Formats: sequence, structure tokens, C-alpha cells
Amino acid sequence: MAVLAVEGLRKSYGGVEVLRGTSFAIERGECFGLLGPNGAGKTTTLRLCLGLIEPDEGRIELRGLPVPAMAREARARVGVVPQMDNLDPDFTVLENLLVYGRYFGLEDHAVRASIPRLLEFAGLSGRAGARIQELSGGMKRRLTLARALVNDPEVIFMDEPTTGLDPQARHLIWERMKTLLGEGRTILLTTHFMDEAERLCSRLTIMDTGRVIAEGSPRHLIAQHIEPQVVEVYGDGVLEWSRDTAVHLADRVELTGETAFCYANNPGQLLAMLETQSTLRYLHRHANLEDVFLKLTGRELRE
Amino acid sequence: MSASRYALPALSLRFIPVWRRNLLVWRKLAIPSILGNFADPMIYMLGLGYGLGRLLPDVGGVPYIVFLAGGTVCFSTMNSATFEALYSGFSRMHVQRTWDAIMNTPLTLDDVALAELIWAATKSFLSGLAILIVVWLLGLSTSIMSLWILAIVPLIGLAFAALALIITALARSYDFFMYYFTLVVTPMAMLCGVFFPVEQLPEPLQVFAVVLPLTHATALVRPLLLGEIPVAPLTNVLVLLAYALVGFYAAVILFRRRFLD
Repeated sequence: MAVLAVEGLRKSYGGVEVLRGTSFAIERGECFGLLGPNGAGKTTTLRLCLGLIEPDEGRIELRGLPVPAMAREARARVGVVPQMDNLDPDFTVLENLLVYGRYFGLEDHAVRASIPRLLEFAGLSGRAGARIQELSGGMKRRLTLARALVNDPEVIFMDEPTTGLDPQARHLIWERMKTLLGEGRTILLTTHFMDEAERLCSRLTIMDTGRVIAEGSPRHLIAQHIEPQVVEVYGDGVLEWSRDTAVHLADRVELTGETAFCYANNPGQLLAMLETQSTLRYLHRHANLEDVFLKLTGRELRE
Repeated sequence: MSASRYALPALSLRFIPVWRRNLLVWRKLAIPSILGNFADPMIYMLGLGYGLGRLLPDVGGVPYIVFLAGGTVCFSTMNSATFEALYSGFSRMHVQRTWDAIMNTPLTLDDVALAELIWAATKSFLSGLAILIVVWLLGLSTSIMSLWILAIVPLIGLAFAALALIITALARSYDFFMYYFTLVVTPMAMLCGVFFPVEQLPEPLQVFAVVLPLTHATALVRPLLLGEIPVAPLTNVLVLLAYALVGFYAAVILFRRRFLD
């Protein structure tokens, strides 16, 4: 049964249609990715799913409850890790968790009992009395994650949870997300990091200009939309080379700045040719989700 | 959408955890807060009351310090509610994004707005109460009637908190609040019988003063301090109540526009 089902969502702001019929369904226990360039409608979708705003059209069901009609009840067992930290700067780590628990109607003694476990999960044991200003960016994110778990959520909304974190902190968040999934919780993840989505998501949708333009498992999307091998070529004369030579040897060539992305099913000939080009350097790799994303949403800058 | 935008605010006890949050912050910062909300108006009252008061004949039939005491209770309550709902409210709403965090829980915008209203009124009650205690200790009021003020001050606080929340809902930055102080709060302090009787004003300004909430606050508090029954207590209470209710309703509509669009 879907934990979160969304059907035909439409939402306009001041005459601009931000969502144009978005639909998806998330099964219990999966990590579902919501990907898309800035302005694709991801944040609006999240806000709609939480019942913070009302759709112009469409249907939302969260934990089996209609949203926004019963959003309050639905949110009782939902955790949210927002894009921007909004921890209470005047409080200690412990007070942040305690006060947040009260918003869910939880008794202080119940929250206090779960705080050691939450802090351990967030790698913040022994930090209960620390002030928020004393925490690093990674620690604040982990505390935000712990705070999102204070109500033992069935579903966790994570809006770009690792943006701005160093690699160590990102890996720790990923590991914790896998633990949460192992506990049977469901995660709705938005991210701009394709490796993150590829690593964590069992399924994902790619949105653009208010529409879902692709949906499936990362592996399936790569197989469906893109040639399996990629050769990235750069160096002096790459533009001429790609125009005159690469187009005949690769199935598809895309130019971005000074780099030619050559997509191929069998790049053998292309690679052999590159060996003879002293001015060109190249990187040969498997196609990944980022290739799919860029193919579907285009390479030009958004915003 | 537009129908729910104009729905009456949903009033419920769910605001209490948010109110408790603000109380916990206040307890941590109580000393500077007490200084600002209490010492400041008291210095004005004592300085002007005793210093300037020496030079003046009786004002409104009583020594100036006694006259000023009633005005200061109201003025202090107004200022405290206004500052809290403007600056602190804006910090929580916009700068710290505390409201966003709260609205991800089962609480809603209406709950948060109600918490802000009642919290600002609570803080202003503490300010008004502090002045009142000083007034009692100095023997400036000896009437049992002055106990009624304990019930009036929260109403004054609610009215000014509601008005200030409207401004907070419209604000893009802290600078915006200067307009409210210069165009609304300061003129009101001069027009509404805080420092001198309203009757001293030119006729047209007296008429204008009648519609201002602070006029109705001083009209209630001053006589009660002197042990007299206010001239039109029901009207005064109803006007303050109307400012509180209509103001809060308007603020909630504007908050909805800000957050739900």
C-alpha cells in the first residue's frame, strides 16, 4: 500500500503554473527520490504533501489520510528535515528535542526517555547540553535529523539533506538514512546530488517545469534513457575533433563548455582513436544518473 | 483557496507548546528583557513625574506623578506587546524560521499566530504588572479598585499585540517597523492621555483620539488607579476587545497570504 500517493497535482502562483499534473506513489519502506533542476516544483510538491499549502487540483493521500483535509493527523507520524536549518538557536541540543516533541503533544518524560537514543543515532552523545552555536554544520544537520525522529515517524521528508556538508558528514547522513530504511521507515528525498540519489533511492522521479518527465529505479532509468558507456573528452581542439570525428564514432555527442560527452554502446573504436590524439585527454566511465538527468532536463543553466 | 484564506482563525489550546517555547527562551534572557521592559518606563515615570511634576500644578486634579502613573502602565503595556510581536515575532517567523519548523508538526499557522498573540500579551502583562507594583509600593495608588487593572492590562496587551502582528505579517525586514513606531505608536503616546489629559488637545485631535485604542486603555486604568469608576468602562473594554479580535483576524489573513501562497 502506498504511504504517500499523489495524483494530478496542479498548483499556480500568480498565474504561473508551478505544478502541471504531478503524480507518483511511494511504497512503505522505500527511499523515493524527487529530482529536478531548480524551479522544477520539488519544494512545492513537498509543501503540498505536508498539507502546508492547498493544491488547485489533484489528490494527496499521506499515511492513508487525505491531505490537506487531515494533514494535521497525517503529520503526527511524519518527520521533516528541511532544506534550511531552523533549529532553535536559543536552546541547547536537549531543549531543541524536548520542545519539538511538545509540538507533537508528546509528554516531556517520554521525549526525555528517547533523547539518549536519538543523540546516539545523530552522533551527538554527550552533547545534550551544547548550545546550537557551538555545533558544526554537520552536527546541526544531524540534530535536525534527530529532531525529525522525535515523533517516531513512519515517513521522513528530507529536502536536500546533505547540501553544504563535507564528504564525511554526507557519508554519515547516508548511513543513517539506510538505517532508517532498514527500520521500515519511508523516505522522500529531494537532492541535487545524482550520486546520492543513485546510491539511496529505490525509485525516483525526475521533474521539470512542474511535470514528472521520468520515473523508475536508477538502474532502469539509466538503461532506458542513455547509452551505457560515456567518454568525456577535453583538451585543445576538442570542438573540432568532436564535430569532425566523434560524431561518426559515438552514438551521441554533447558539448558542454570545453568538454565533449560521447555516449556509446560500443566505444572501442572511439577509444582507439583517442589514443592517437596527443592533445586530447579523456575519461571513460559507465553512464550514470547525472547523464540521464542532463539529457532529460538539458544542460543550460536554470533560474 | 480564497474561502479558507478568510476563514475565522481556528482557536485551540494547541498554541500552548509554542507559548511554552517562548517562555523558555524568555527565562534564559530574562534579565536584559526585564531591564528593557520594566526599568526603562519606570525611569521615565519617576524622572518626568517627580522632576517635571515639581514644576506643574495638579494635572487632572492630582499630582503629576500620580497622573503619569496610569499613563505609564498603559504605555509600558503597549510598548512591550508591540516590541514582542514586531521584533521578536519577526525573528521567529522570518529570520530563525521557527514557524516553519513548528508547522511541519501537527500544529498549524493559526496555532502559531495565536501563540504569538498570547505570548506578546503575556509579556506585556509582566511589564504592566511591574509598573503597577512600583506604583503601589510608592503609594501612588492605594485604592482596592486598582486591582481591576490586573484584568485590564492583558486586554490592552492583546489589542496591541494583534495590531503589531498585522505589521509583522506585512514586514520584509526589521526596518519596516520604524514606520509603525513613527506613524502609529509615537503619535498614540502623545494623543491618548499618557503624558497629559486628552482635553489639552485641539478639538479635532480629541475626536481622532477617541478611535485610538490607547485612549481607551488610559480611560480605564487612570481612574481605577485613583479609586474611581471609569466614565464608560463598557465602551472602553469593547473597543479594546474589538481591536484585539479584528486585529488578530486581519493578522491571520495576512499570515496566510504570506505563508500559504
